[in-house]
Amino acid sequence: MLQATNVSFAYRHGAKALDDVSVAIPRGSIVGLIGPNGSGKTTLVRLLNGTLTPSRGSVSLDDVPLSTRSRRDLARRIAVVPQETHVTFDFSALDIVLMGRYAHLGAFALEGPDDMAIARRALAATGTDALAPRQFATLSGGEKQRVVIAGALAQSSDILLLDEPTTALDVGFQFEIASLLTRLNRDHGTTMVVSTHDLNLAAMLCTELVLLKAGRVVAHGATRSVLTSENVRRLYGVEADVTFHPRAGHLTVVPLARTE
Amino acid sequence: MTLAAFGTVTLLACLLAPLVGSTSISLARVFDRSIPFADNTDAQVFFVARLPRVLAAALVGAGFSLSGVVFQALLRNPLAAPDTLGVSAGASLGAMLVLTAHADFTLFGVSVVPLATFAGALGALAIVFVLALAKGRGTSSTVLLLAGIAISALLSAAGRFIQYLSDVTGTFRTVQWLMGSLDVGSYAPILASLVPFGLACIGFATLPRILDLISLGEDAAEARGVDVVRAERVALVSASLSTGAAVSLGGPVLFVGIIVPHIVRRLVGADHRLVLPASALFGAALLIVCDLIARTIIAPVEMPVGIITAIIGGPFFLWLLFRGR
Repeated sequence: MLQATNVSFAYRHGAKALDDVSVAIPRGSIVGLIGPNGSGKTTLVRLLNGTLTPSRGSVSLDDVPLSTRSRRDLARRIAVVPQETHVTFDFSALDIVLMGRYAHLGAFALEGPDDMAIARRALAATGTDALAPRQFATLSGGEKQRVVIAGALAQSSDILLLDEPTTALDVGFQFEIASLLTRLNRDHGTTMVVSTHDLNLAAMLCTELVLLKAGRVVAHGATRSVLTSENVRRLYGVEADVTFHPRAGHLTVVPLARTE
Repeated sequence: MTLAAFGTVTLLACLLAPLVGSTSISLARVFDRSIPFADNTDAQVFFVARLPRVLAAALVGAGFSLSGVVFQALLRNPLAAPDTLGVSAGASLGAMLVLTAHADFTLFGVSVVPLATFAGALGALAIVFVLALAKGRGTSSTVLLLAGIAISALLSAAGRFIQYLSDVTGTFRTVQWLMGSLDVGSYAPILASLVPFGLACIGFATLPRILDLISLGEDAAEARGVDVVRAERVALVSASLSTGAAVSLGGPVLFVGIIVPHIVRRLVGADHRLVLPASALFGAALLIVCDLIARTIIAPVEMPVGIITAIIGGPFFLWLLFRGR
């Protein structure tokens, strides 16, 4: 289990981004982090990944503090999908996916047939096999994000942290990514933490939600119990209808008016 | 193009370049073992007069090119290079201080000039990073490059001041050296710079896949298992050693560190497992050819190689700037 216990964090010359936050991510769950801009979602994702170190409190994986684990060890357990990926040089989609194997290779080792097979499987799982030889920079936003998810899958980790994975995508690609993540969780048991502004995506995808505001946890629990009109008002200052949609099979959120 | 092709081109350049010059010599006669070396003027010209210069060109070209590859990948900026980050200027100042103070003695049989250039290179790089990090601006490549250009100008001014204070001989020596001259005269300076260059190559050997990952961003690299802080330290020290070794031999030969990585990436792709060795080989061959032009174009007068690389590199640099617009 991935767990943050009483963590606080402040950026240099900045106010506290997180204040005394505790979150437990059960194995096999999809936990959504939702909250307004500046609520600390991305900071929490980076703390859970070990790229930031909390100024107070601790983050642990299976009761071992992240700070005592090497970067390679962490990468073998936790993969990250950022909001956007910018590539400086002309790497192919396959190159990007193969880079996910770095943590499994020795210092001077090259990727072998097994690594190539894992990369091919990851491309297949994300429906990007045909994109393998194409330059990453030439892909559309949705294609890029699926390739980056394939790279995260190639890391063969059991936890996937996704930081606003659909923000830059149109509704078609958003739906595509959401279906892919649901499938990965169902078929491979991958544990996921998804930071998102999209409340309907969170309702569709997540088994649990952590509601953050001004760096503190406002509510934490099963999606059906914490995604309420009252909590949406507390988080965003917005009047919203939160109802169960029988055809979609999950809660839906319709914003109505600003209350503040 | 494979590494073998790059290797062949470089080897041919090393072998054929010493044959060209004001005195024409024959390769067959150079390697004719039946003629004693003392009587074989072709072999003397080849091995004593020209080969050290060609090998110096190869080492300088490889050194600047490797540093350029590493700086561009680390900063994720195509304009990053020893020249633009102030590293060459720092190395040059280190060498000028030693040369004008007539302190170019040997330590355990090795010249201190490469040590001074390495210290200058690392010192300049440290100042650039400290400035870029000040007041929390972060190490964005734009801030680093701007700081590099400013530091480069300051260090160059300090170099000119030293030049102003030195005597006529010293001034001529430093002016010629600053233009980038590969007239090393013997194998001793090459052997001296092989020490820092060899150490740099050990560092570079650990970096190829890491540079691929860092080019996706530091967070992305860390998330895939790279210890970014450690990797950056290895990369910056190795690039400083490499630049220091190159500057100690040939002076601040401009633009090689910028243009070679770009040409090589167009030929072999982005994978640094190919880009690093191919850049070393191509940089070596390019500088051998540039030096060949420099010493033959207005023969018998020999031009500093830095003039040729600047003539080629200047327009290339502008093309890089405007291509991105």
